[in-house]
Amino acid sequence: MNHATLAGEYIQDRERAAWHDNTLWFVRSKRDKAAATLPEWESLRQTASQIKAHTVSKLADFLEEFERNAIARGVKVHWARHAEEHNQIVLKILQEHGVKKLVKSKSMLTEECHLNPYLERHGIEVVDSDLGERIVQLAGEPPSHIVLPAIHKTKADVGDLFHKHLGTEAGATDPNYLAEAARQHLRDKFMSADAGLTGVNFAIAETGGFVVCTNEGNADLGVSLPKLHIACMGIEKLIPRAKDLSVFLRLLARSATGQPITTYSSHFHGPRPGGELHIVLVDNGRSHILGKDEFRTSLNCIRCGACMNTCPVFRRSGGHSYQSFVPGPIGSILAPARDPQKHASLPQACSLCGSCTDVCPVKINIHEQLLLWRHELARLGFLPWSKRLGMKLAGFVFRRPWLYSLGGKIARFVVPKLPRFLVYHRLNPWGKQREMPEFPASSFREQFQQREAKRK
Amino acid sequence: MPSVGLFIPCFVDQLYPHVGMATVELLERAGYTVHFPSQQTCCGQPMANTGCVEETRPLAHKFLELFSPFDYVVAPSGSCVAMVRNHYEHYLHGVPGFAELKKKTFELTEFLVDVVKLDKLPHAFPYRVGLHQSCHGLRELRLGSSSEMMVAPFSKARQLLQLMEGIQIVPLTRPDECCGFGGTFAVAEEAVSCMMGEDRIHDHTTAGAQVMTANDMSCLMHLQGLIRRKKTPLRVMHIAEILAGHPV
Amino acid sequence: MSGREEMLKAIRAQTVPPSPLPELAGDWIRYPDPFAQFQKMLEFVGGRAVRVANLSEIRGHLESLPTFVAARQIVSGVSSVEGNIDLNAVEDPHTLETVDWAIMPGEFAVAENGAVWLTDRGLKQRAIYFIVQHLSLVIPVSQIVNNMHEAYARITVGTSSLGVFISGPSKTADIEQSLVIGAHGPRSMTVFCVDDMGA
Repeated sequence: MNHATLAGEYIQDRERAAWHDNTLWFVRSKRDKAAATLPEWESLRQTASQIKAHTVSKLADFLEEFERNAIARGVKVHWARHAEEHNQIVLKILQEHGVKKLVKSKSMLTEECHLNPYLERHGIEVVDSDLGERIVQLAGEPPSHIVLPAIHKTKADVGDLFHKHLGTEAGATDPNYLAEAARQHLRDKFMSADAGLTGVNFAIAETGGFVVCTNEGNADLGVSLPKLHIACMGIEKLIPRAKDLSVFLRLLARSATGQPITTYSSHFHGPRPGGELHIVLVDNGRSHILGKDEFRTSLNCIRCGACMNTCPVFRRSGGHSYQSFVPGPIGSILAPARDPQKHASLPQACSLCGSCTDVCPVKINIHEQLLLWRHELARLGFLPWSKRLGMKLAGFVFRRPWLYSLGGKIARFVVPKLPRFLVYHRLNPWGKQREMPEFPASSFREQFQQREAKRK
Repeated sequence: MPSVGLFIPCFVDQLYPHVGMATVELLERAGYTVHFPSQQTCCGQPMANTGCVEETRPLAHKFLELFSPFDYVVAPSGSCVAMVRNHYEHYLHGVPGFAELKKKTFELTEFLVDVVKLDKLPHAFPYRVGLHQSCHGLRELRLGSSSEMMVAPFSKARQLLQLMEGIQIVPLTRPDECCGFGGTFAVAEEAVSCMMGEDRIHDHTTAGAQVMTANDMSCLMHLQGLIRRKKTPLRVMHIAEILAGHPV
Repeated sequence: MSGREEMLKAIRAQTVPPSPLPELAGDWIRYPDPFAQFQKMLEFVGGRAVRVANLSEIRGHLESLPTFVAARQIVSGVSSVEGNIDLNAVEDPHTLETVDWAIMPGEFAVAENGAVWLTDRGLKQRAIYFIVQHLSLVIPVSQIVNNMHEAYARITVGTSSLGVFISGPSKTADIEQSLVIGAHGPRSMTVFCVDDMGA
C-alpha cells in the first residue's frame, strides 16, 4: 500500500487528522520556544553535525576504541551484521541466562530488527516498558512516531485498551487514572523481569560507555532490578568523547519535545556490581549508507522526531501511512535505502517544503535527500509508468517552444468551453476539491509581444 | 541601463499573464530594459522533482543559452529561481557561463530589495493582507527567515509590501507552513495537499485577511482553486500585482 | 570471518572524506543567577528547588510535605535526615519497592535544565533513584554550573557504573499528550540547594 492511499484513508476522519496535526504542531512550537532560549542554538546544530561527520569519517577506528574500552570495564561486546544476526545474538544471551521475561525500554533499532516477535516466537515474554510503547504493544500495532509512539491513540482508545488488558474501569479516560494503572501494571513487570534491554542514544568511544535518555525512568528501572542488561545500538550512535555529549544532550530533548533535557540521562559504564552488561553493535545496512556521499549524513540522526513534528504531511497523514519502522521525513530516506521497492512512495510523500532540514538538530539535509531519492528510484525503475510517461511528454513539449505555445493556445481556447462534467471527473484529481485555474484568452508572451510591437 | 532577461514560469505564461505584466511594469519603472527571450518554456522543475533527470537536462542547457546575454535574469517565482541557483548544478556543473548565470539570476522581491534597493512605492493598498511565504523562496533562496531557525527575523516580501500606504499585514498562526502544492504532489497526494491548503486558507481568514499574496503563483493557483471551490471571501494576488499597483 | 571482522572490513571499504573534530569552545550561555535559573527550569519540568541555609534546615522542610509525613519507609543518604532503611544492608534491590521517600546527595546541578548529576559510586543499590515513590536530592548552591559544557568539564565520565543527570520527577505525556507526573519512577522531585554544607 503506498503512502498516498493510506494518507487518503487517514484523512477521511478529518477531525482526527486535524487533532493529530494540531497536537504535533504544538510539540513543534514547544521546540521553537526551547530553541529560542539559547542564542547559541544554530552553533550547537553546526557543532553536532561536525562531530557526526568526524565520527563517521573514522567509524571503524572509533568502534574499535569503544569496544576496547567497554571490554576493559567488563562489558561483553557483540557485533551483528544484520537484523537477523542481532536477534539471534540477543536470544542466545537470554537463553544462556534462562531468561523468560524481558523488559524493554524504547529502541528504534529493535523495531527495525523486529526483535519482539522473534523473541516471542522463542518463548520469551517481552514487555515494552515505555508507556507509549506498551500501549501500542497491547493494541498489537507498531508505534506511529519514534518519540510519541501512541500519538495516534485518543485517551478513549487507551481507556478501552486498559479496560481490556489491565482491568481499569470501562469508559475511563482520565490520563492520571490510566497512567497510574499502567504504573502499577508495569511495576509488576519490572519486579518480575529476568533481564532488561535498552537502546542506546549515544555511545562514547573514549570511555566504552553509553547514554540512555528517558522521561519515565523505565530504562533505569528495567536494568537496575534484574542483573542482566543488554544494550542494542546502531553503529552510527557512536560519538568520540564524553564531552561531546554536552552538545547532543542540549539539542536532543529540546528538538524532540521542547524540554531542556530528558528526565533521565543515564550514563552506563560497565555492569553494576554483581551484574552483567552486554552491548550489541548493529550494522544492518549502515555501512552501505556510509559509502554514499549524498546520503551519508542521514547517519547523523539522533532519533529526536523533530522532522516528524514539523512535517505538514506527517502531521496530516499519521505515522502508520509510512509503513516503516521509522516514519516521517527521516524515515522516508532510511526506508528506501533498506527496501526501495516497498518504500518507493515515501520520497513522494513530500511537498519539498524544507522545514525538516531547518529543524534537524544535526543538520541532515533531509528534503534534499528526499529529492535525490526520487532520482535514485526513477533510475532503479520504481517510478510509476504513468508519471514517467507524463514527464517524457512534458519534456517533449517543453523542448519545442512552438509546440508548447500552440498547446497552450489550444488549451486556453478549448478548456473554457468544455462543460463541467468533461473537466471535473475521476480522472482529474486536481478538480476533486479545487477549481481549475481560469484560462485567459492570451498568454503572457502574446501580450508582451503585442505590447512590444505597439511600441515600435 | 542594465538589461533584464525576464524569466516567466511556464504556467504563469499560459495562465496568469497579468502576473508577468506586473513584473514587467515593476522592472521598467525601476529603469531596466526588459527582454523576454521567446524561446523559453520551462525551467524543468516538474521533471526534476519527479526524478526524470534526463528530461531536465536539455531544458537546463537551453536556459543557460537563452539567458546568458543579459545583465540580470529575473523571475516572479522563488521555486523556478531556486531550480536555477540550487539545482542546475547537477546538469550544468563546469559548463562555461553557468557560474555567472547563478550570480545574476534573481527572484523578483530579492531583486527589488537587494539590487534595485527599492525604498518607495507610489501606490496605496489599504487592505488586510495575508503573506503566504512560499517554501522554495523562503528555505532555498532565504528570502526571509524561516520560523524553524533561530536567526534575526527578516522578510524581503514583507519589507516591500510595507512600502505601500495603508497596508496591514495580518499575523498568521503558522507563518511559514507549506500550502501543499508541491508540484505533482498536488495531485499524487491530493487529500493531504488539499487539507494543507485549506488549513492555510483558514489561517488567513481567521486572521482577517482580505487579500492573500505570495511570491509564487504555484502556491496561489492551488490555494485559489480551493478558495473558489468553497467560495471563500478571500482575494488572491501575486505580490508583483500588489507592488505594481494593480487593483484588487 | 567473524561478524566483527566483516563489519569492520565493510566500514573500512567505504570512502569517507576526512572531517575535523570541532573543539567545543563557544560562547555558551551563562546566567547572572544560576540558582534562580536552576529553580526556574526545575519547576518547568515539574520539580521543586528549595534553598536552605544549611543541612539542618532540610528536615524541617521535609516535615512540611504531606507525602514525607505519610512516608513509612525512608532511605537517607544525608546525615541531617534520619531514614529507617539502611541502603547498605539491602542485598536485593527488589525489596526497595516499598520505599516511600529517599533523600540522597547529588554532586552538582545544571542551571540551564534543572538537572542534578549523581552517580552510584559507593552506593549499594542504584535502583533507589528510580524505584522510590518520592525522591529528593541535596546539592551545594555553589555547585550549580551554568550549562552542560561546564557540567562535562567537571565530570570524569565512567568512574562509576552509573552516572545520571536527573531533571525533575518521572513523567509521561503518552496518553493523548496529557502530562502525567510520576510515570514509572518517582512521583516528585525536590532538590535542596544548601548555602553552607559545613553545618
